[in-house]
Amino acid sequence: MSAEAGTTGARQSRLSRALLYALLIVFAVYYLLPLFVMLVNSVKPLSEIRGGNMLALPHEFTTAPWKSAWNEAQIGVSATGLAPYFINSILMVVPAVAISLIVGALNGYVLTKWRFPGANVVFSLLLLSCFIPFQIVLIPMARILGIIGLAGSISGLVLVHVVYGIGFTTLFFRNYYEAFPTELIRAAQIDGAGFWRIFTRILLPSSGPIVVVTIIWQFTNIWNDFLFGASFSGFDSMPMTVALNNLVSSSTGVKEYNVHFAGAIIAALPTLVVYIVSGRYFVRGLMAGAVKG
Amino acid sequence: MAFLEIVDLEKSFGNVRVLKGINLEVEEGDFLVLVGPSGCGKSTLLNTIAGLEPISGGEIRINGRVVNDLAPAKRDIAMVFQSYALYPNMTVAGNIAFGMEMRGIPKAERDRKVAEVAKMLQIDHLLDRRPSRLSGGQRQRVAMGRALVRDPQVFLFDEPLSNLDAKLRVEMRTEIKRLHSSMGTTIVYVTHDQVEAMTLATKIAVLKDGVLQQFGTPDEVYNDPANIFVADFMGSPAMNLIPARVDAGAAEPMLVLDRGSEEPLRLPLNGAAPKLANAVGGDIFFGIRPEALTDPDSADRTASHVAHGECTIEVVEPTGSDTFAITRLGGKPVVARLRADARVRAGEPMRLAFNLDKTVFFDAKTEQRIA
Ligand SMILES: Nc1ncnc2c1ncn2[C@@H]1O[C@H](COP(=O)(O)OP(=O)(O)O)[C@@H](O)[C@H]1O
Ligand SMILES: [Mg+2]
Repeated sequence: MSAEAGTTGARQSRLSRALLYALLIVFAVYYLLPLFVMLVNSVKPLSEIRGGNMLALPHEFTTAPWKSAWNEAQIGVSATGLAPYFINSILMVVPAVAISLIVGALNGYVLTKWRFPGANVVFSLLLLSCFIPFQIVLIPMARILGIIGLAGSISGLVLVHVVYGIGFTTLFFRNYYEAFPTELIRAAQIDGAGFWRIFTRILLPSSGPIVVVTIIWQFTNIWNDFLFGASFSGFDSMPMTVALNNLVSSSTGVKEYNVHFAGAIIAALPTLVVYIVSGRYFVRGLMAGAVKG
Repeated sequence: MAFLEIVDLEKSFGNVRVLKGINLEVEEGDFLVLVGPSGCGKSTLLNTIAGLEPISGGEIRINGRVVNDLAPAKRDIAMVFQSYALYPNMTVAGNIAFGMEMRGIPKAERDRKVAEVAKMLQIDHLLDRRPSRLSGGQRQRVAMGRALVRDPQVFLFDEPLSNLDAKLRVEMRTEIKRLHSSMGTTIVYVTHDQVEAMTLATKIAVLKDGVLQQFGTPDEVYNDPANIFVADFMGSPAMNLIPARVDAGAAEPMLVLDRGSEEPLRLPLNGAAPKLANAVGGDIFFGIRPEALTDPDSADRTASHVAHGECTIEVVEPTGSDTFAITRLGGKPVVARLRADARVRAGEPMRLAFNLDKTVFFDAKTEQRIA
């Protein structure tokens, strides 16, 4: 190959690289623009939004819309802001994620390392639960919550999300543990570790990546859920999503867009934080070196 | 009563029978090697001894105690796995100490024993590392350390060297042998490598398709193979197994080997003659190892019967230490092992010496040994 052809090749690859970057930047702008609009307008006085350009930076910077969204705005009948409902969502999402994660991990462990006759059938049924549409279970679930006395409570919402989440968490952990070397389990058995100690000392410490995946998945799904929240919560157990809807669609007085924007950002913040914090642990290969590498 | 006894052991996965009535007995301090081709059930047999697989029938006794239903941890065994199976989230020290921790041994004693074993295996400088930061050979040593520290009644090894490169494999083989002779603990060792089996074992069990083919000392298995499978499997280069006939002969039965277009080669049978009386006229396989088929000068001088025959050499393969000459008998290539400087040329006839003390005969149909 001649030197000339070599430089043409290099020039071509530089050109395609530039194109690639241009395209990526366009997409990034496309996705970031709504966030930009929300942020910018959440720190403007209402008059500025009404009178001007949505994309313009604020002339007069104010944090009043944030304060209002957090603890002053009218939600339904009371002027509490989003704060109590934010707490509700936290009280719902933390136990729901934790319980569904632990149950999913145990299911995955048993389904791969302590196989029993019919294990595959059980797994298939659990998998099936991932594909049941939400709407189908609404009425039976409301009935069950009523019978066990959890209707309209945060515990009731936790239960619903745990039940719905187990199918997914089991799927995640089963597939992860399926690839986990069984010889490690056998070595631990010979070392005298039992069911629980193998789980807590050998399997869980090597489950970092799948735990993170599961947390991200479960947290975003449960935090962002609206249907179950709207269907099964009472006035004081409403999750954030439902409260936000009530804030935005309340019919009294003028539409305070700046407050709505601030409220929406507050509602989205926890999922963002979860992504940013746990994403860092996402890719680390914790399994390296278990088996001859 | 033997130290480790395996009686009529059966193991099935579903309706697939993997072990078919295995009987073995080894004494305390024996080094038993289970050898056989891949998939013959060696690992399964080892796992049943470990208690990692429940058995479908028969009995396993360790030091007089039936262990059929005992959990692995209660059998007083330690095991080294083919993949080493080191716990990835623990340091080397943590790996070695884990079993002691599970049995509630105090920290101080654990540390002392870990240090002792690490010193013996020369891994004391690695104790704080994770397995992912060790080389293959180092991982192998850590896996050994985890077993050694338990000081069990029986060590179980499942192809512990098969993931190492050739040079390291030979080194570790020697080291395992040295450890065994210094500790004297009973070992059951699985390999598919017959050289490993010969060099390490005090007893060899040859398996094929879940059936025990032969159980004996390395010498017995090598020199007195029970059937064609064992004869062929053990030894490298493999034993020559030559289709042959037994002829009534003038005075006593003679062995007849075809030489293609030439006159068949006729050899006396000597000691084997009485046992082969029934085979006269029938087809047999004549087995002779390459080292028993040599140039006349290097024939074993202590052998009581050596016969000679002219054979046309087809290929000559010098290896430096020996020269292998390949001729054709009974329609099959036959390897003779000659001195390195033997005068031999491909395409020319050569006088070969057959050491008749070292020959074996198999029934062509049953493939079992007849003499
Ligand atoms: N858990 C299992 N389920 C079903 N079949 C198995 C299982 N383990 C081993 N086998 C079968 O048993 C036979 C012997 O396997 P194994 O003992 O691993 O052979 P080796 O160690 O001699 O190579 C193989 O045919 C294998 O497919
Ligand atoms: Mg095996």
